[in-house]
Amino acid sequence: MSFHGGDFDVIVIGAGHAGVEAGLASARMGANTLMLTLNLDAVAYMPCNPSVGGPAKGIVVREIDALGGEMAKNIDKTHIQMRMLNTGKGPAVRALRAQADKFLYQHEMKKTIEETDNLLLRQGMVERLIVENNEIRGVVTQTGAEYYSKAVVITTGTYLRGKVIIGDLAYESGPNNQQPSVNLSYHLQELGFEMVRFKTGTPPRVNSQTIDYTKTEIQPGDDIPRAFSYETTKFITDQLPCWLTYTNEETHQLINNNLDRSPMYSGMIEGTGPRYCPSIEDKIVRFNDKPRHQIFLEPEGRNTQEVYVQGLSTSLPEDVQHKILRTVPGLENVRMMRAGYAIEYDSIVPTQLWPSLETKKISGLFTAGQINGTSGYEEAAGQGMMAGINAARKVQGKEAIILNRSEAYIGVLIDDLITKGTNEPYRLLTSRAEYRLLLRHDNADLRLTEIGHDIGLISLERYENFINKKALIDEEIQRLKQTMIKVTEESKTVLESIGSTPIKEAINAALLLKRPEVTYEQVEKLTPPDKRLDSEVAEQVEIQIKYEGYIAKQLEQVEKLKKMETKKIPENLDYNAITGLATEAKQKLTKVRPLSVAQASRVSGVNPADVSVLLVYLEQGRLKRTENTK
Amino acid sequence: MKIDVKERISKRGDPGMEFDTIAAISTPMGEGAIAIIRVSGNDALHIGDKLYRGKKRLCEVETHSINYGHIVDPETEERVEEVMVSVLLAPRTFTKENMIEINCHGGIVSVNRVLQLVLKEGARLAEPGEFTKRAFLNGRIDLSQAESVMDLIRAKSDRALNVAMSQLEGKLSKRIQKLRRELLETVAHVEVNIDYPEYDAEEITVNILMEKAEIVQNGINRLLQTAEQGKILREGLSTVIIGRPNVGKSSLLNSLVHDNKAIVTDIPGTTRDVIEEYVNVRGVPLRLLDTAGIRETEDIVEKLGVEKSRKVVSKAELVLLVLNYNEELTTSDEELFEISQGSDRIIIINKTDLPEKIDMKRVKMLAGNQFIISTSLVNDEGVDELEEAIKQLFFSGEIESEDLTYVSNSRHIALLNQAKKAVDDAMNAINEGMPVDMVQIDITRAWELLGEVIGDSVHESLIDQLFSQFCLGK
Ligand SMILES: Nc1nc2c(ncn2[C@@H]2O[C@H](COP(=O)(O)OP(=O)(O)OP(=O)(O)O)[C@@H](O)[C@H]2O)c(=O)[nH]1
Ligand SMILES: [Mg+2]
Repeated sequence: MSFHGGDFDVIVIGAGHAGVEAGLASARMGANTLMLTLNLDAVAYMPCNPSVGGPAKGIVVREIDALGGEMAKNIDKTHIQMRMLNTGKGPAVRALRAQADKFLYQHEMKKTIEETDNLLLRQGMVERLIVENNEIRGVVTQTGAEYYSKAVVITTGTYLRGKVIIGDLAYESGPNNQQPSVNLSYHLQELGFEMVRFKTGTPPRVNSQTIDYTKTEIQPGDDIPRAFSYETTKFITDQLPCWLTYTNEETHQLINNNLDRSPMYSGMIEGTGPRYCPSIEDKIVRFNDKPRHQIFLEPEGRNTQEVYVQGLSTSLPEDVQHKILRTVPGLENVRMMRAGYAIEYDSIVPTQLWPSLETKKISGLFTAGQINGTSGYEEAAGQGMMAGINAARKVQGKEAIILNRSEAYIGVLIDDLITKGTNEPYRLLTSRAEYRLLLRHDNADLRLTEIGHDIGLISLERYENFINKKALIDEEIQRLKQTMIKVTEESKTVLESIGSTPIKEAINAALLLKRPEVTYEQVEKLTPPDKRLDSEVAEQVEIQIKYEGYIAKQLEQVEKLKKMETKKIPENLDYNAITGLATEAKQKLTKVRPLSVAQASRVSGVNPADVSVLLVYLEQGRLKRTENTK
Repeated sequence: MKIDVKERISKRGDPGMEFDTIAAISTPMGEGAIAIIRVSGNDALHIGDKLYRGKKRLCEVETHSINYGHIVDPETEERVEEVMVSVLLAPRTFTKENMIEINCHGGIVSVNRVLQLVLKEGARLAEPGEFTKRAFLNGRIDLSQAESVMDLIRAKSDRALNVAMSQLEGKLSKRIQKLRRELLETVAHVEVNIDYPEYDAEEITVNILMEKAEIVQNGINRLLQTAEQGKILREGLSTVIIGRPNVGKSSLLNSLVHDNKAIVTDIPGTTRDVIEEYVNVRGVPLRLLDTAGIRETEDIVEKLGVEKSRKVVSKAELVLLVLNYNEELTTSDEELFEISQGSDRIIIINKTDLPEKIDMKRVKMLAGNQFIISTSLVNDEGVDELEEAIKQLFFSGEIESEDLTYVSNSRHIALLNQAKKAVDDAMNAINEGMPVDMVQIDITRAWELLGEVIGDSVHESLIDQLFSQFCLGK
């Protein structure tokens, strides 16, 4: 029955957004990597909205790029529209979002994978892991192929015991009628993993030719060419718009009348759905005073008439979905192509993971993406990236790479998951980051390229460009801090042209740039640098000077915490032996097993006194050790 | 960050390298006791010098010296407290760090004020047991004592928590919750603007944030004022004893205090200034003020005393007017009746052991329906009745104390001050033209700090609010 399939360094199960980053990172780092997936035609598939990025998430995409990942490059090649969001606000919350051609996105990604050295993409359903003495040895597929490896990354998304629900119809299925992965989920439970059941959903898709766009508002992309990747040089100029319309009284009435047919209310759904992704029936029940809800019509690609109806996620029966659609202005005669549905799936409780995304139970086994209780392509990709990196490093006998909360949104995401766990599918929000001013869209490269280069995922050429950019930024900031702008006719006209009061005496250029209405453009005019700076450098100079005070304040907080971050806790510390700890702290710490005192302090239920006690205990242990070695 | 394999080994006994500067009141606070404020860490002397005014700066004096001087509020140079400051330089100190100890003579209010000034200048309020923890971590305490250090931290913080919680009177916590709610909706709204820029929620502008900041600033200021003034229960009901010279005012104070603090003599006009004492009369905390007797006089010093009495009466919440049974009513007595008209008042007819010369009918007329208590203080008679009268007055609610909400816990005050600072920062940022999301950083901080006061700072609740207030999703 079974046969030897091959030997690898790393095996990645799944080729969704987490899987592809994991596989690519691992292979590019020199690990011989196998990617096994249920269906080769569903590589990097977008089962829900055809878009990448947005607040927080878009910054994750930039971070992936700075680390040497693929998502940014791939969307740069395949989008139909891009927009910079929050341009009216400060730099900390600006974010890029792209509408994807989801078919092209898949094809490009698959092509990249196929062309990557050390990487084998193969179709196959993994049913079991091979584990010896709590160490991973490999996987076994449905067809009996036994693949051996030193590390395995599971990125099975919503496929684990997936169940699709539409009205009173429910059937075992992955997203969009893909095959679910049933046995692997039971196998993980057998291995002792604690699992939870989550739920998510998707709206119907409709045919573009049956939409009356005159009744909707156009939502075009930006005029300026944009890109996620720092390496992208070719920009797509030919963009497609999205369209905005609204639900109305009639829509709501119709939904109310059919609530009894909703699986949400008939109790058919047992999984916990995310609050931030309610179905339209949820919205109408919970916010019944809201007279209308937004509906965005988003094309799913250039070579298709399918349109994603954002805002109408639902698990109502198909006939009701059809009627709901037709109450919406512009959709009066619409033809539905695919019905919306809810999907339930198993995921593992993420506090069972180390910060490297390796499971605590089985050495060499990593998990990433929706299986860890998150939602969103970007969250999945970010984890996949880290799991792939750490799997490869594990195989190569190197230390794990852990991103800090002050270094990357990816760090925030992973730390939240493994330290606090989550009781609904976890979505990144800017408010989850305590240092969001440091975690900006614009400085992702400054934060992470160094690491990307160190681990071998950033090319030398790109690294040199980066070093050069950094030097230019620092030089220009220094120059402005040392340059005085004098009272001249020119300074008067330049400042007046933007409605800023002319200076009355000579002023430091950096200080002038701190005025809210003044930008680098004016300062540059008044004191031109030897060589004109490119816009990215100029942007950094402006941001770093303008928000210096705030940035310094956050850095100071980070610095304070660093001391706690460097205080390491042994993996197997017996918290029950520490008498001074409160009972709740003992239980929680035993479960999470934090690796640093800072992480311990973030575990819910652990108070400052517990942290103090822990510090004293660790110091005592260290002293005993040093005394013994004397 | 890559995990650094070589675990950084902290150098034991290397003072101040490891920690920030902390401060706390280290003696239990009580009436009259001397309170010590301990400050430990690199910046201890530096912070001390910002507040201390004496012959030399603290950084110039010898280690282990005691220095007399004053603590001032550096903003106004106003003297807050007369102090002795010990300067202890590392490493020969309890924590092995630089330390100063500020000895205050103990009025709760002023000690707390000194502490708050120390915190304002950059020290952090010490966690319970933190001095001991540092002593251990810096190698001052023997390894064998680690267990007891941990027990001490646990015990102290449990107790501190109990105290803090029991002081968190319902009203205070309600007020803070109200301020937090005021902020939360706005904060959540701004977050929605940021995280869901296309969602059809109205954009929160800096103007709206400014309004909220002002409301919260006022709220925090009011709470901090109660801390400053120390309203009833903490500081006591301010009670003033007035009467002509020699009627027995100081004797009355002494009877109530059961000790001889004020000088009692038979020379009229002995008490030249106002004397202050704290007493607890049958559960009613009083801040007793003994004044100079009021009479026509050429003596300038005394005249000032008289003026002071008038002033004190106007601020007092309870007036004890003492008359002499053994003398006829004078115009001064009538005048005293007049200046204390409208205050809560008890009339005391003292020296009833001597023959009656006072016109009791007239007294009763002037007193109206207010208490009249006869005493003979030399014989200790009538004091019980007086105490009973005070108690009745207070508990029947006739004495209106403006506001029973008060903040007294050092930790609460420190947190409120920090919250106030965050709000101030937010307002400054608005004035400097910072974008909403920058201002939001400080507003959120204020919200979190207020949460810490009432022991609730779960970040998750902001996200809860986000999704309950707004209908978001795909
Ligand atoms: N016979 C008698 N003498 C009293 C009584 N109470 C106080 N005295 C005496 O009256 C004198 C003045 O008492 P104080 O308490 O100093 O009076 P005072 O009102 O504080 O006086 P000044 O501070 O000088 O205004 C002292 O000699 C007391 O002993 C009393 O009930 N009976
Ligand atoms: Mg007197």
